Amino acid sequence: MKNFETFPDATGHYGTYGGRFVPETLMAALGELDAAYERYRADPDFVAELELLLADYCGRPTPLYRADRFAAAVGVDRLYLKREDLTHTGAHKINNTMGQVLLATRMGKKRIIAETGAGQHGVATATAAALFGLECDVYMGVKDMERQRMNVFRMELLGTRVLPVTSGSKTLKDATNEAIRDWVTNVETTHYIIGSVVGPHPYPLIVRDFQRVIGVETRRQVMEREGRLPEVLVACVGGGSNAIGMFHPLLGDEGVEMIGVEAAGEGIASGHHSAPLAVGRPGVLHGCFSYLLQDDDGQVREAHSVSAGLDYPGVGPEHSWLKDSGRVRYISVTDDEALAAFHLLARREGIIPALESAHALAGVAKLADELRGKLVVVNLSGRGDKDVAAVAARGGEESES
Amino acid sequence: MDKKRIAAAFAGAREAGRAAFIVYITAGDPSLATTAKLIPALAGAGADIIELGVPFSDPLADGPVIQAASQRALAGGTTLDGILGMVGRVRPQVDVPLVLMTYCNPLLRRGYADFAERAAGAGVDGVIVPDLPLEECGPLQRELDRGGIDLVQLIAPTTPAARQAELCRVSRGFAYYVTVAGITGTRDALPAGLADNLDRLRAVSPVPVAAGFGISTAEQAEVVGRHADGVIVGSALVRRIAAAADETEVVARAAAFVRELRGTAGRVGAL
Repeated sequence: MKNFETFPDATGHYGTYGGRFVPETLMAALGELDAAYERYRADPDFVAELELLLADYCGRPTPLYRADRFAAAVGVDRLYLKREDLTHTGAHKINNTMGQVLLATRMGKKRIIAETGAGQHGVATATAAALFGLECDVYMGVKDMERQRMNVFRMELLGTRVLPVTSGSKTLKDATNEAIRDWVTNVETTHYIIGSVVGPHPYPLIVRDFQRVIGVETRRQVMEREGRLPEVLVACVGGGSNAIGMFHPLLGDEGVEMIGVEAAGEGIASGHHSAPLAVGRPGVLHGCFSYLLQDDDGQVREAHSVSAGLDYPGVGPEHSWLKDSGRVRYISVTDDEALAAFHLLARREGIIPALESAHALAGVAKLADELRGKLVVVNLSGRGDKDVAAVAARGGEESES
Repeated sequence: MDKKRIAAAFAGAREAGRAAFIVYITAGDPSLATTAKLIPALAGAGADIIELGVPFSDPLADGPVIQAASQRALAGGTTLDGILGMVGRVRPQVDVPLVLMTYCNPLLRRGYADFAERAAGAGVDGVIVPDLPLEECGPLQRELDRGGIDLVQLIAPTTPAARQAELCRVSRGFAYYVTVAGITGTRDALPAGLADNLDRLRAVSPVPVAAGFGISTAEQAEVVGRHADGVIVGSALVRRIAAAADETEVVARAAAFVRELRGTAGRVGAL
């Protein structure tokens, strides 16, 4: 088995994926960020301050919960949920924003910008910026602002300006374009907090490292509870930060199978989906080389998912590499399958999951025959309060299937 | 085919005691047929080099004016292949150097080797790729070298001095100095320190240095032309093209604007 700890290489590549495909204006800033991160990741004061924040402010470690009733309903035997939904602000995104805001303050930056899709990364960024007294602007597509109104209001309550993006598909991809344009213009004063393991090096590395806490805790907690390692890890993949955070610390454990679940939207065949690992081709978007939804002329195609957080045509470069290497298997589930899992978890466990996380749950249901008898852990990456209105608009409660 | 049209254009301007005047238009805005008429008209009006923007769905180095132009061109069905075909048809009519400004992904999709071969066959003289920095440009550079096409490097105000010198050394045809940290588009004022930055860059550069981003008026072109080997105007021209009612007006307005700015650049000695 390959040594997965050695990636990315010094130039930010995971095999052929990753790299730095950005305007020259940003190259110096990426170099500075790289140097600052290398310095502070090894700085005991930085590490201690971040650990304290994650514990006292964010509520880590998050619990590992055995969801027997959901497991029985979908037909698997032993299923745990890693409860990232119970962190402060309600999703794993806070792990990354705490780390990056702390890094930004060490670098002397006074202003923070971010892009957001579902609004969870935006809220997590706004929260960290409020805590550290930094000015914060978040770019959000107007289509996402509409379907995630509550998160827009949360960001505003936290003192962040939410800047509407009207270009292109008016979703996460376009919000990311605008955030990069802002960063190019204000790079001297501003730190850009990317919300997933995408973008130019060193972002996929930094975000992964700040999210690794999920997998480190999972490994320890499963050992404590079961006296052995998990057999299967399941997580949803948009950009892929919650998945890489859970998978990465266990990549070297050969017996641990890993499954990433992409959004098949209205079905892969319909063309309306967000599954670049399933049917995309490698290309460059937002600064990295990775699997991408694109047409024959290299134009980026619009993604589709009921989940705003998965509605993205690209994916993190490390996932592309893990797919090609065969270490992680990637499947996809449709909007309807995710919604069914959303309702099932709410009814059976009293937990309303984020629509993003519902894709991981639906992945378990889909592969139930094969997962039966195995020790499975699902990353419940976020809570679903933000999605209640959108689900209601689609017809509210559904029958359990 | 004269493989060194770009070098000749800079040499010609230099001999005339002025900066080269470089214009940018988005290919296919509003149609490739119009672009084919614009190229000889702009050359006739005094453009020394013409940059043709290849429209891309996610132009993250561009401001609203060129974003909108890209959207119009894509909506009209413009593709990289279509642009190369148009260049091939226009090339016999004009001597003006044609430089494609394109994001990386359309080239990757086509394949660098295939792209370089087709571009060389069509008569493309240079390529500028704003999202392909030095560290990632090796594979494209090799293919373009084979086709005798110049890969122009961009240099930013945020680029450290040693890297600026390295970029100038690697750049073919000319080096493109981005006047401001930011995206394309017009600005009210030129950034402070621009003249000094350009003077320093030209002192170390083996190739001509052209300056672009944010230059939109005759006055700005004149000031920049005193300190650069070339002055690049993009968004200001694209905006005039967008405001015109029909193809005849597009060509007339664009040529008139180039004549106006070129007159200024022509009055000013670059050296």
